[in-house]
Amino acid sequence: MKITIADVDHVAMLARLRFDEDQKAGMAEQLSRIVEYVEKLNELDTGDVSPMAHAVPLRNVLRDDEVRPSLDPEEALRNAPDREGDFFRVPRILESE
Amino acid sequence: MPERAKVSTAWAAEAAGGPGPAQDGGAGAVACASEFEPVIGLEVHVELSTKSKLFCGCQAAFNAPPNSHTCPVCLGLPGVLPVLNRKAVEFGIKTALALNCEVASFSKFDRKNYFYPDLPKNYQISQYDLPLGTNGYVDVSVDGGMRRVRIKRVHLEEDAGKSVHESGTITGSSFSLEDYNRTGVPLLEIVSEPDLRSPEEAYAYLSMLRSILRYLDVSDCKMEEGSLRCDANISVKPKGSSALGTPIELKNLNSFRAVEKALAYEFRRQAEILARGERVTRETRHWDESRQVTVLMRRKEEADDYRYFPEPDLVPLEIDEAWVAEVRSTLPELPGVRHERFIREYGLPAYDAAILTESKDLADYFEAAVAAYGGDAKAVSNWVMGELARLMNATGTDIRDVRVAPTALAAMLKMIDDGTISGKIAKTVFEEMFATGKEPRQVVAEKGLVQIADEGELARIVDEVIAENRDVADEVRAGKDRAITFLVGQVMKKTRGRANPQAVNRLLRERLSSG
Repeated sequence: MKITIADVDHVAMLARLRFDEDQKAGMAEQLSRIVEYVEKLNELDTGDVSPMAHAVPLRNVLRDDEVRPSLDPEEALRNAPDREGDFFRVPRILESE
Repeated sequence: MPERAKVSTAWAAEAAGGPGPAQDGGAGAVACASEFEPVIGLEVHVELSTKSKLFCGCQAAFNAPPNSHTCPVCLGLPGVLPVLNRKAVEFGIKTALALNCEVASFSKFDRKNYFYPDLPKNYQISQYDLPLGTNGYVDVSVDGGMRRVRIKRVHLEEDAGKSVHESGTITGSSFSLEDYNRTGVPLLEIVSEPDLRSPEEAYAYLSMLRSILRYLDVSDCKMEEGSLRCDANISVKPKGSSALGTPIELKNLNSFRAVEKALAYEFRRQAEILARGERVTRETRHWDESRQVTVLMRRKEEADDYRYFPEPDLVPLEIDEAWVAEVRSTLPELPGVRHERFIREYGLPAYDAAILTESKDLADYFEAAVAAYGGDAKAVSNWVMGELARLMNATGTDIRDVRVAPTALAAMLKMIDDGTISGKIAKTVFEEMFATGKEPRQVVAEKGLVQIADEGELARIVDEVIAENRDVADEVRAGKDRAITFLVGQVMKKTRGRANPQAVNRLLRERLSSG
């Protein structure tokens, strides 16, 4: 399967990434190679194989509903690029209409 | 378009008369509303009342200081592993069972990828293709009968954080503030099929759903605190047509009333577009509570692309029959069943049964009082729905905090039956019981409210009243029978309500007929 520039644009938009035209061409090329590699699987008949939900053969790893200590707000905010009081401060979410 | 038959349903008329989008006046809108019908489905999110969050041990608390209940897991810091809360899964299974769903024997979690600042991981752990429950239903009593509303799916996911916008609105703000206390609180998403055919049905369905969830004790379902949230999908089609219209998603519905009003508004808006021969465009709209209108939030030109994939940090769930049976054994009698039983077992009118069973606590109170009383259940119902409900409303008291024990209400009803107090005095007694939590006998003794049992004493007061009101007494003698009620009233006043009105009536008649 060939990945097009339009595909790259779409994925870049979803990932909030910006590329110039040269980079896009390179991305399309590389992504195509990756997808083609995975396409090797199409050579196998997987009609009888149910989709795998997890690579680890474990089930039902659960914990009891018990409260454990949280971080101090000061600690929680230590990596925040910006803060106001004990809130994380973030840039404008939506452009005004 | 010629004006057609009047709409039969009140809500359509109300919607047409309300501050709707009609530029061509109300009459045309009423006419077009009668030719179309809405198709409505609801997507409800409830916060489960676990002590801790879904994937970490942070407390799931409401109204805590900002960012005081976070940890590396719910903040989405690198290198952490979520661990699933067993209680949340059990609450999910319990709800799925109560909503008559098939419980998945194999279920898993998936990542839903999107960017939003209230979601610090940039993905939400949710369930995509293998939800906990599918294919259920709820029976809802609607105008003129029962409607079975199918439940498409019930799934577990984590809640997002809470954003506070600088200027109060998201679009007008140059920045927002994030509180991640709510991030990772367990949410149950309950999606109905588009089986609802009016805003009122949507309201009735929501009420029934809330009632069930509260019976199950899995969520407190407080819309004002955000522990119950509702989005609606509504499309409009010509009446009787099987082709569905373009669905519009409605957001920011912050109360049951808002759900009903926004749907009524939106039905009318879409019906008008269709009546003009135009097409409804697919979009998400926001209910503006202050202006009572829906406004465009965003167009849905293409399907959302969340790139779901299995959550590699969580292993799948296997829910065997033993586990389902164990959870099933914890199910209480649910409101629908209890409603039927109240009608059958206590001979209550459907109306009484519906009000009493809406809340489990109220229904429990009623049953405890009936058991202690042993008399007519309808009398208990009248007091619970009448005086008790009135005082609870007036004082803002929850049934759990009512100081009158069901046994005390029963004792008071027995005192009415044996003539110790009159039904009228009982209201005074009950008010005092409600305010103080005292037993009825104590209230009656302290306030001297025992009905006058001594016929001689009563006769003496009746004679006094006749003597003091000779004119009225003469009118009664002259055949103006209605005047007697005035004299009864005077006796009741003199005895401060402690007389038996029937006895007073009889004594008055004896005296006034013999001249």
